[in-house]
Amino acid sequence: MTPGQIALRALIVGFIVSFAIITGFAYTTLLERKVLARLQHRIGPNRAGYIPLPRRGGGPERKLLAGFLQPAADAVKLFFKEDMTPGKVDRITYTLAPMITVIPAIVLLAVIPWAGEINIFGAEFTPYFAIAPGLNVAVLFLLAITSISVYGVVLAGWASNSKYAILGGIRASAQMISYELALGLTVLIPIMLADSMNLGDIVAAQASGWFVFRQPIAAIVFFIGMMAELQRAPFDLLEAEQELSAGFNVEYSGMRFGMFFMAEYMKMIIFSAIIAVLFFGGYRGPFVDQWPGLGFLYMILKIVFFLFMMIWIRASFPRFRYDQLMGLGWKRLLPISVFNFIFTAVMIVLYEEGIFDSLLKLIGLG
Amino acid sequence: MGSGPVIILFILMALVSITAAVMMLRSHNAVHSALWLVLNFTAIAVLYVLLNAPFIAMVQITVYAGAIMVLFLFVIMLLGAEQLQAMTGVEGNERYHRAVAIVLVVLLVGGFGYLVTLGGIGSGGETAVIDASPVALGLRLFEGYVLPFEVTGVLLLAAIIGVAVFTRRKKKEA
Repeated sequence: MTPGQIALRALIVGFIVSFAIITGFAYTTLLERKVLARLQHRIGPNRAGYIPLPRRGGGPERKLLAGFLQPAADAVKLFFKEDMTPGKVDRITYTLAPMITVIPAIVLLAVIPWAGEINIFGAEFTPYFAIAPGLNVAVLFLLAITSISVYGVVLAGWASNSKYAILGGIRASAQMISYELALGLTVLIPIMLADSMNLGDIVAAQASGWFVFRQPIAAIVFFIGMMAELQRAPFDLLEAEQELSAGFNVEYSGMRFGMFFMAEYMKMIIFSAIIAVLFFGGYRGPFVDQWPGLGFLYMILKIVFFLFMMIWIRASFPRFRYDQLMGLGWKRLLPISVFNFIFTAVMIVLYEEGIFDSLLKLIGLG
Repeated sequence: MGSGPVIILFILMALVSITAAVMMLRSHNAVHSALWLVLNFTAIAVLYVLLNAPFIAMVQITVYAGAIMVLFLFVIMLLGAEQLQAMTGVEGNERYHRAVAIVLVVLLVGGFGYLVTLGGIGSGGETAVIDASPVALGLRLFEGYVLPFEVTGVLLLAAIIGVAVFTRRKKKEA
């Protein structure tokens, strides 16, 4: 393939994936509101958009998919709201902050493999369906972009020139730095098991078994760290309503507030995809070798599963106190991931040197 | 150097990084300075990618643009030090500062000029594609650079222990 063809392919795939993720974001908000409502014994949004069904006898009105246009209604509302800029903000940074929050969330998409080998147009260099397939530092790319995305929240807090907002921003930076360590150490484990930093290779290495079965501790630590990185409940201290009114985004309104909202939900989807790729076999599932198109389905099912888990956890657990948050990050997750990392490394070397085989022979089992 | 697009991208990123560096020095607000520095680091990371070193580029973004600058911002915000006037009260030494600055500029430009013209750096054609697989990197690091690697480790350990000692609460004398 010539560079031009590669660029064209990346554009087309990027277009498809970006549109899918924006639709996905809209419906994740609906999913969250519906699931939260059900868990709290409510009905949730059911007014905007439904398919009327015929009444059965003299029974009540029946609706199908009640509320499926709610995301559209929300978007229209956000666009038509007044977009205010308070008087004493740092104007440039205040404008930049929502953009810096959304852009990394979209950039993260570039390396995620959505399916196996699918020939869109005669491409022999497409080991899997991604915007930038075969990037050999893909895992590091994810870490790099994640570490950049802290800035949006921190700058929004600082630029707003408000006590609540800056407290939210400072909490955000401390929290994300603390949990990035455990997250980074845990990401090393799939790299070691697959012997590659290429996400496609990591998925391919899970053909014989998902990494979650070989490394359940790493998967759990990654899931917790991921929720802290996403600032999902119970780690949502930076927007603790009772203490900080709304935290870092308290001075934002209209679509600029919408952009923070959008970044949060898009990152939820993308991190669900990342944990699926790193530990849960990515696009792999039954019959995926015969029909590569099934990869999309498995990927979406896995993403929806993790989204549901996060919403479930939000409904079930109270928010951490600040010291509990730091204690969990530094005194529990970090040592666990360090020991897990060392243990895995030693085990891999012992296995590859054939120590286990000779041990088995020694006791007469081999 | 490589093909046309690479040169265009190189010139663009060079301009961005130089502008960001100058603006970092010139801006009066510490937070703005920090942000210009982040832009500078990111532009330099793109230059690493152009030199076929994606691993270094990603590490540059993660460590410098990500972790270190976030800590800088954190400290600036925590101290409320955005608007501190730099170096007030040392105006008497301005002449001395200027002399040092000029010497440094001469050294930098002279050294760089020597390397490019006589030292032969920059004239070597294509840079080799660097194998960024973890195995290749690990072997390279531990076969060629064991001593620097170990020294860096000890240095970092010393810093960690130092922090632990400084932050430890002194026991109250009863």
